[in-house]
Amino acid sequence: MKLLKSALTSAVCALALFGAGPALAQDGQVIRWMHLEANQTYLDAWKDLAARYEEQNPGVRIEFEFLEDSAFKAKLPTLLGSPNAPSMFYSWGGGVLKAQAETGTIRDVTEALDANGGEWRNSINVGAIEAMTFDGKVWAVPFKQDVIAFFYNRALFEQAGVDAEAIETWDDFLDAVRRLKEAGITPIAGGGGSKWPLHFYWSYLAMREAGPEGFAAAKAGAGFDSEPFLRASQHLADLAALEPFQPGFLNTSWTDALGLFADGRVAIALGFPSTLKPESQARYASDGVGLSLETAGRFAFPVVEGAPGVVTDILGGVNGWVVTRDAPEATEDFLRYLTSLEGQIYQAERQNMLPVTTGAEIGKTDESELLALEQMKGSTWHQNFLDQDLGPNVGGVINEVSVGLAGGLITPEEAVRQIQEAWEFEQ
Amino acid sequence: MTETMQQPALSAPQAAPWRISQRRIVAFRKKFWVLVLFLPPALLLFTTLVVLPMGEAAWYSFYRWNGYGLPTEWIGWRNYEQMFRHGAFQQALINNAWVIVASIGVQVPLALWLATMLVKKIAGAVVFRLLFFMPFILADVAAGLIWSFVYEGDYGLAGGIAKFLGVQAPFLLDDPNTAMSAVLAVIVWKYFGFHMMLFIAGLQAIDRDLLEAADIDGATRWQKFRYVTLPMLASTVRLSAFFAIVGSLQMFDMIMPLTGGGPANATQTMVTYLYNFGVARMQVGFGSAVGVVLFVICVVMAFGYKRIFMRND
Repeated sequence: MKLLKSALTSAVCALALFGAGPALAQDGQVIRWMHLEANQTYLDAWKDLAARYEEQNPGVRIEFEFLEDSAFKAKLPTLLGSPNAPSMFYSWGGGVLKAQAETGTIRDVTEALDANGGEWRNSINVGAIEAMTFDGKVWAVPFKQDVIAFFYNRALFEQAGVDAEAIETWDDFLDAVRRLKEAGITPIAGGGGSKWPLHFYWSYLAMREAGPEGFAAAKAGAGFDSEPFLRASQHLADLAALEPFQPGFLNTSWTDALGLFADGRVAIALGFPSTLKPESQARYASDGVGLSLETAGRFAFPVVEGAPGVVTDILGGVNGWVVTRDAPEATEDFLRYLTSLEGQIYQAERQNMLPVTTGAEIGKTDESELLALEQMKGSTWHQNFLDQDLGPNVGGVINEVSVGLAGGLITPEEAVRQIQEAWEFEQ
Repeated sequence: MTETMQQPALSAPQAAPWRISQRRIVAFRKKFWVLVLFLPPALLLFTTLVVLPMGEAAWYSFYRWNGYGLPTEWIGWRNYEQMFRHGAFQQALINNAWVIVASIGVQVPLALWLATMLVKKIAGAVVFRLLFFMPFILADVAAGLIWSFVYEGDYGLAGGIAKFLGVQAPFLLDDPNTAMSAVLAVIVWKYFGFHMMLFIAGLQAIDRDLLEAADIDGATRWQKFRYVTLPMLASTVRLSAFFAIVGSLQMFDMIMPLTGGGPANATQTMVTYLYNFGVARMQVGFGSAVGVVLFVICVVMAFGYKRIFMRND
């Protein structure tokens, strides 16, 4: 019995030592990278970059963690408060990032950005950094941005006798929708099931009606119970009255709506820069090919006549990586590598993203994405997605009222009232 | 002398009932250790998993809190005020009521009818029992996903059937007016098998002789059902209704894949409302308030129902 006992004890000790061995030898840092990317090709690009960084920095190991979009949003609050928090995670900036900053579970990257005379900060697009800045501190490292624009099917437009180049004002756009309907074509792909695709319309109309100053004033405390936002809601209601969306659009997801556009069953989609990329079209279209810049085109969101917003005011996201409070020191350094010219060009070549680092645009070769980059360069005001910028609560309401207005289910007055109510609740 | 010294019979209650008999003391001693061993774990689990979270939720409900760190912003009853004023919450209450009505008014009679047919030993009865029970075995989420494809007007079964018949496909889940009815149909489909099995068990417990006696007295089939079977099944029916009510208050997993609570909040239930407007909007204080209201409704329903309807069961 005694022999058995001592044999057992020595076995356990040996196992413990072996188990501790690798950990002792490494003394390294583990960066846990939490992302939402389901596309394997895009993920491989990040894995390559991570492998390169690990080669150059032997003490560091990078682990990938994946969560799907809505699961990520739901789980993050609990994760951040727990010891299982990742080292870096995906962010859309805006009020949600601000709410996270106020909890003390993330750390700002201002110091790292400003080191060496602001070397890192100056390499990145100013607008992108601003989108991640609150109270003078930068809370996430931006790595991509986009701009939402209209995409249209050339053949269907010709069939209806609509000239995309001639669409400059909102009235022109409504006219185009009417002509498409008369020609028996479903005008617009609606993603009401996902809700946020419809909020693009409301956001752009609100930007056009309020202009940058009006918007800033609203966010600063004046709220949304005012003429510009009422008129914006009315414009969306006018569009809804024409019944421009496909049947059942209130429950259609964004990917299904894009599928309709790629299949040529609807004429217009208001979407992301990657919409006409060959690999995106291949994924959405039933025939595996879809549209291209030859069969489809792009135009900017029209202006509203008499309103302060100009056509160079753009709506689009800025995405970045947030560093958590207890993340290893190497995290900021790794992010510096990711946003370096080398890293950004590598990502630009292989992924859907539009880079934020100056000079990295040469990695983009797809023509439709280059058009988007051009539009961003010439922008006078780059507004982040409202459902992120205004925080999760007001943002959620904006999604809801956009769906309500587009479906003809609520009046513009009711829409503005709901947004104002949610806004006041936040103050 | 010796007779008066003997102990009286132990099983009968004593002339002085406050005197506990020796045997009862011994019996209690044995039970005591069983109690000490088994009661604390159960109490501990119940306290930590039910009582504590409930108390915490009640506390959070008075704060405006986004779920990170600790709640710091006390707002009193504002969460509750906002909730009761919100159209979507009122719709959620109405929808929960509809689910209860559909369960008791459609599901239970359907299950009863099928049970009366399948309790007989006819060929294929067991196969049908299995078929009707299978929807209940499916996970709620899986059932919701399957039916969302069935109802799909473009690419789903409904669309296919419409195309075959040459008519415009209905988009039942996308129209706020028809969405809830479509969801209720799925709920009935999912759970009627469970109630049917309950009734089959109840029917099998009815004494054959009673039905034979009724036959001899010349009762028709309907009279037999109405005056013999149904009264004997009454407690099972009450139990079925109880399950239906409790289950409908929890309705969440099936609604999320079907409609997510939409379109335009037409299919919200209390729990989907809690998730969509509380958790997903990072308004955990608000969500807790909804949770407290749901808890109160559940407790009132459970105790009220037992008190009123199941008093003698």
